Amino acid sequence: MSHDHEPDHDHEHRGHGHDHESHGHPPGQRHPFQPDLEDGPYTWHMALTDAVADLLLAKGLITADELRRTLEDIDSKSPALGARLVARAWLDPAFKERLLADVNAAAAELGIDAGPIPIRAVECGPGEHHVIVCTLCSCYPRLLLGAAPDWYKARAYRSRVVREPRAVLAEFGLELEPEVAVIVHDSTAELRFMVLPERPAGTEGWDEERLAALVTRDCLIGVARPRVPTT
Amino acid sequence: MTRPRFRPGQPVRVKALFPPGHCRTPFYTRGKRGRILDLVDVEPDPEERAYGRPGLPPLPVWRVVFAQHELWPDYRGPARDQVVVGIFEPWLEPLEDGG
Amino acid sequence: MRRHHDMGGLPAGPVERSEHEHAPWEKKVDAILRLLVAKKIMTLDELRRGIEELGPGAYDELSYFERWIRSIANVLLEKGVIGVHELGLAIEAAKERRAAAEACPKTVPAP
Repeated sequence: MSHDHEPDHDHEHRGHGHDHESHGHPPGQRHPFQPDLEDGPYTWHMALTDAVADLLLAKGLITADELRRTLEDIDSKSPALGARLVARAWLDPAFKERLLADVNAAAAELGIDAGPIPIRAVECGPGEHHVIVCTLCSCYPRLLLGAAPDWYKARAYRSRVVREPRAVLAEFGLELEPEVAVIVHDSTAELRFMVLPERPAGTEGWDEERLAALVTRDCLIGVARPRVPTT
Repeated sequence: MTRPRFRPGQPVRVKALFPPGHCRTPFYTRGKRGRILDLVDVEPDPEERAYGRPGLPPLPVWRVVFAQHELWPDYRGPARDQVVVGIFEPWLEPLEDGG
Repeated sequence: MRRHHDMGGLPAGPVERSEHEHAPWEKKVDAILRLLVAKKIMTLDELRRGIEELGPGAYDELSYFERWIRSIANVLLEKGVIGVHELGLAIEAAKERRAAAEACPKTVPAP
């Protein structure tokens, strides 16, 4: 598909002969009254995005209110939600069994809406470490954990972690003993996966909030393990 | 759904088919041997849905465990290292135990 | 044949761990897709297939959400939800609106 306006790289200057400093505010700051103006040039793909949205709105297929609420919902999801589930599971063995059976239902118990796509948890233990990938695209439990990191969606991780997981984990600073089996889960079907990490030693008596703070997004993917800070 | 075709622990092979078009059976599993872990879900056929068709009735999705040493002849890690992949039932064929 | 997106097991370099926060337009693409799927106007499978059909060049050169919006647009065109000509007009209108907004700062909040 060749087209006059087709960019061959991410950012393309539209040749307005204009820069943001003429607005009288520092470069890099969004104009206060025009939240839709983003830093940087308006690319062809940004115009395509706006055009598709405008057509869908004009045809009544979506409403501005639905768009706004969906954007808010996107912003409301984060790895902290997954961390809460893990911390609760560490403290409550019966909850853990329910989490392993059905993440979405377990999340609902905590007032978390994990969305309609089923999510499964895979549990790390002393003899096995689990890590998640989608080699075919970028399937990820977004409706619970929020956006997937860029590296999860990129070639190096997707191609290498199924083939040389220990080398990839080592790049993340995670070295695993040979006695610990490394189990890679390739998300190919609709349902998504998150890792239920092993509770680290040295956390006896910790409450749920303190435990949850140990569980990062990378722990939920399996490229890190929760660690008690050494300070 | 009719009686499930596979059972946990059963050896299976992924069919060595290589069509163009949308499919969710990763290339690196084609023709490889593994063992059924479980029936993880039942989902409409993505190969139909990708082209705007409903993909019904839905298909069983079996989690298959592949030993890394089965997948990659040059795998250098421990023998217990594995990859677990959800495979739609039509892509799997049973193997005799020990096959 | 191995299709370009089906990359499990292929050699690649080190994992590049730098990340970027999603720009507003990228979140808008995400929101559009979620609404289209929720309203059963298109499916995730069609999105994926559309991305796969962009071809290896586009797959490697375009950013993640650039691939998404291209696929969404192509699928909607295929299904007749939007038309080619009206899409062309809408793109030009979006560019003109943007140019006008950059030239003349508003003093009331955008709707």
